[in-house]
Amino acid sequence: MTLSPRIQEITSRRLNDLVLPTGGWSSEARSAALNRVQSLGLPSNRDEYWKFTPPETLTTAQVPPASLFVDVDESPVFGNIDRLKLVFVDGVFDAAASDQLALENVTIERLGESKDRDDHWGREVYGVLEQSGQVPVARPLAALNTAFATDGILIHVRGTPSKPINLVYVHSNETSDAILHHVIKVNPGAECTILESGPAAARFNKCMEIDIADGGALHHVRAQGRDHERRAATHMFARVAANALFKSFTLTVNGRLTRNEIFVELLGRNSMAHVAGACVGDGDFHHDDTVFVTHAAEDCKSRQVFKKVLRNGATGVFQGKILVKPDAQKTDGYQISQSLLLDGDSQFLAKPELEIYADDVACSHGSTSGAIDEGELFYLRARGIEQAEATDLLTLAFLNEAVSEIDNEELADEIQSRLAAWLMRHRPS
Amino acid sequence: MLDIKNLHVDLEEEDKSILKGVDLHVDAGRVHAIMGPNGSGKSTLSYVLAGRDGYTVTQGSVSLRGDDLLSLEPEERAAKGLFLAFQYPVEIPGVGNMTFLRTAVNAQRKARGDSEMSATDFLRMTREKAKQLQIDADMLKRPLNVGFSGGEKKRNEILQMVILEPRLCILDETDSGLDVDAMKLVAEGVNALRDDGRGFLVITHYQRLLDHIKPDVVHIMVDGRIAKSGTSELALEVERNGYADILAETAL
Repeated sequence: MTLSPRIQEITSRRLNDLVLPTGGWSSEARSAALNRVQSLGLPSNRDEYWKFTPPETLTTAQVPPASLFVDVDESPVFGNIDRLKLVFVDGVFDAAASDQLALENVTIERLGESKDRDDHWGREVYGVLEQSGQVPVARPLAALNTAFATDGILIHVRGTPSKPINLVYVHSNETSDAILHHVIKVNPGAECTILESGPAAARFNKCMEIDIADGGALHHVRAQGRDHERRAATHMFARVAANALFKSFTLTVNGRLTRNEIFVELLGRNSMAHVAGACVGDGDFHHDDTVFVTHAAEDCKSRQVFKKVLRNGATGVFQGKILVKPDAQKTDGYQISQSLLLDGDSQFLAKPELEIYADDVACSHGSTSGAIDEGELFYLRARGIEQAEATDLLTLAFLNEAVSEIDNEELADEIQSRLAAWLMRHRPS
Repeated sequence: MLDIKNLHVDLEEEDKSILKGVDLHVDAGRVHAIMGPNGSGKSTLSYVLAGRDGYTVTQGSVSLRGDDLLSLEPEERAAKGLFLAFQYPVEIPGVGNMTFLRTAVNAQRKARGDSEMSATDFLRMTREKAKQLQIDADMLKRPLNVGFSGGEKKRNEILQMVILEPRLCILDETDSGLDVDAMKLVAEGVNALRDDGRGFLVITHYQRLLDHIKPDVVHIMVDGRIAKSGTSELALEVERNGYADILAETAL
């Protein structure tokens, strides 16, 4: 397929300024990814999956500046959790601010520093899962990431470490343009929790590839930060083998533009994927969850649970798909996307999709948009609870179905408290 | 305690008048029952007193212990001591029963200028009072009214009333959907709260409940007005003869 002149121009303008890192085991994958992005072309609003989210600011050569935001009124997220902290400032690993790259049952390396080893395990994952995720829907920003990522972390989970690994992203430069690529490999039977927090950069392109072997488990909990002006396009590609588990939850509060894509392939029997998200937006807020779960084996289970609270013109987007391949009998698929619109100015755009080629499956999906229930609100007020507090209580109750997808109670409580604090700060005056 | 004078109320959306001049005076320490045929305005009266949206007061006044009730928000009325036991308690998934109870208690304490109750004190008090209503720990943990049977919902209403210790308790058809044993439990909960400082307004269709909660005064509401008032004997008369006699009387 030839690209339109407009797309060619957008693509070459963006790629011209970028430098392809060379040498090391990832260079072949990077060259191949460069070819991919050149043939796919960068996204435009004419693309089927970019109708609801304007991609322009994500593809310009120049970074749209984003002034800095310091959340002095709140302690850092996950700050009270015992964790291994790895810090990136504007997309560059900061060794001084980070813990030692040492944790039992895990090997952690910086992407650029492992390049001399030709037999590196990363070869089998880096760019491989991303490439697999380009079909049937192109994700050119992820291919661009594979080609040009300047930093990232490689995590090989060999057993079950005692604490989570927290990737902390710090935005300190108003025109930073960060491209990070992380790779995680979970051995058979191993289990690990990855946390991500913070806004990363003025513009952030992040890709995470996750390969989970038989019986392994990867838990992912992310809090994207309260930075108002930053823009982010993130991708997660997960390959889940037999009896393995992938669970991901994302909290997004504020942010002018966020596009989170999650692509999961359930490749082995009896594997499971749960992806969930809760977002709250007030005013200049655009949040897009684009989720694609493929059932390619029998007896697999997947859940997508996304909840959005929107007010003052905020926009929420959900594009979610369950694809069931012919051999994936006994599939159990569930998808729910709901928005709570706190006023008449906000909008929720949803595109739920099921594509099923097996005949013995149970798949359900639902999408709703609504306001606070007047009857529920009156009931709470009639018991003496002020309107603002009652509204917060009902809003948290609405979000709870997504938050409760987090297995770890301490992490769920942490997310819940961030949501409660955000609602408190954003009470209509 | 409660003084309702010439209260006229319209339904906001339908421009239909429901209450057409209600006069009612409830003293502290007394139990008033309101009976009446369907559609006579009993539930509307309870909602208007609690402050629900959707109604327009076109005439009249309501005062509770000297405060102009109609100028207050629902939560302010609650803090002043008004409590409505709902005919249809609302289910709220995602809000735990215990969390709800504690938030309500502390909101009312705060509104009255009292300090919050400690978590342990609250837990002890709630467990004790729940036990008397045969509400188990599981019901306290579950989301508010979700999956509760009709009887459990009504008992949960009475639990809220017992915990919040209001000055004026309005029970809107609390007996509907209750079996004999559940009704006894509910009545015991109400009777335990009866004292000189507290007034009750018990709305019911059936005399049955009034066997357990003895009223001081019985009112019959017909077409948006109190058509007749009397002693508990009046309730027995309704039970025997229905409303036909009273309707005929008031039509004269």
